[in-house]
Amino acid sequence: MGGRDATMVLLDENGIRCDGRKVDEPRKIMIKAGGLKNADGSAYIEFGDNKILVGVFGPRDVHPKHMSNTDTGILRVRYHMEPFSVGERKRPAPSRREIEISKVIKEALEPAVLLKRFPRTAVDVFIEVLQADGGTRCAALAAASVALADAGIPMRDMVAACAAGKVADTIILDVNNEEDQAGQADMPIGYMPGLEKITLLQLDGVLTPEEYKKCVRVGIEGCKIVYELQKKALAEKYFGGSS
Amino acid sequence: MERRKNVIPGDVITSGPFRPEQNVILEDKNIISTVVGVSEIYDDTVRVIPFAGKYIPKIDDLVVGKILSHTSLSWELDINSCYVGFLPAQDVFGRDFSAHADELTSKLKQGDMVAVRIANFDRTRDPLVTIGDRDLGKIDNGILVKISPGTIPRLIGKKGSMIQMIENATDAAVTIGQNGWVVVSCESTEGLLKAKEAVIMVDQKAHVANLTEEVKKMLESRNES
Repeated sequence: MGGRDATMVLLDENGIRCDGRKVDEPRKIMIKAGGLKNADGSAYIEFGDNKILVGVFGPRDVHPKHMSNTDTGILRVRYHMEPFSVGERKRPAPSRREIEISKVIKEALEPAVLLKRFPRTAVDVFIEVLQADGGTRCAALAAASVALADAGIPMRDMVAACAAGKVADTIILDVNNEEDQAGQADMPIGYMPGLEKITLLQLDGVLTPEEYKKCVRVGIEGCKIVYELQKKALAEKYFGGSS
Repeated sequence: MERRKNVIPGDVITSGPFRPEQNVILEDKNIISTVVGVSEIYDDTVRVIPFAGKYIPKIDDLVVGKILSHTSLSWELDINSCYVGFLPAQDVFGRDFSAHADELTSKLKQGDMVAVRIANFDRTRDPLVTIGDRDLGKIDNGILVKISPGTIPRLIGKKGSMIQMIENATDAAVTIGQNGWVVVSCESTEGLLKAKEAVIMVDQKAHVANLTEEVKKMLESRNES
């Protein structure tokens, strides 16, 4: 997939990764709040070569009615990849993987959003992946929380997200597509920096207990970098740059 | 310490002995904002005026609504919220209302604008509204300006200072619905347009400090020309 060399070295002797980054360096991240007129809130994120657009609606009426809850509002998330988002055309119907990621992102956002104040309503989050390059669930989660804030949904804290992983026996920050395919482990982390709480933690691969601890630590550092950019994106839209 | 501050969700506003009010939560000892907006510390209370978000009905709020439809016993109102307002016919016709003798459309038709008060609202039912009070009822003239519900406190100002200033400068009557719908009416077209402009200006510049001064300047500048 992609145009990069298939026989690349994931980590060279100088500690430089296949795309020229250092081990603790994230990809280039750009977040923009707003942008969609018809959605109540929206955000766009470029996370390296990932390009993701998020639209939020609500709180609004729940349809179908039986899903509504008289005690609280509900959160619904749809993560969807465009057919052109990957190298070979992806069938547009929701795949097993997309259903999983929708659920995971929903559960990662739920501790942050305060929906008790909106009984019998739903907040809908629509995530469209325009271009994918590894780590879309983290990028999507980070963009979704910016879009929720843009929609004025009350939240305890923003949810920042970043992945960490293991490549060539080294713990690295922000795993890209090649490192995900050929690497030894991938750990996406969702984190609320203000409250110092983890809302998403998955692990694909094998790590020793020491590596695991280091991986979480490195991932949280990445989340803090994303958090600053999320704050900047909202400040740019609402306060004209000054926070 | 700064009294006003731009905040986003998760920002710590203060950690002193304050009472958390709208749009803030108490987490340990810190008072944290839950929305994007401007934080305000008044006496011993902390609140955040949000820049985005839908209107959530509160009992005793005055709101401006639009008649969506009616059944034989009640009207349904769009109150710019995730819930629809429910106006029972007895409220308009009085206690001797009878479903076959009285025609609801004779009083309020679809599309009519009304000023109503939220009489009752809880998590199990849609908000019940009433027009049986002073200053309430059908709105016959004026223009509707839709602004963000969060900036309504800014439009009213401290003890009504902002809105009084706008009304005095333009001779317009401004009905402010807490749901973000504002009706401006005035005898002169000039005053009407100016008052409308002032309301929109408050909405767009809600985060600016000394907004009253700026609005005042705007209102005066047009008076001279």
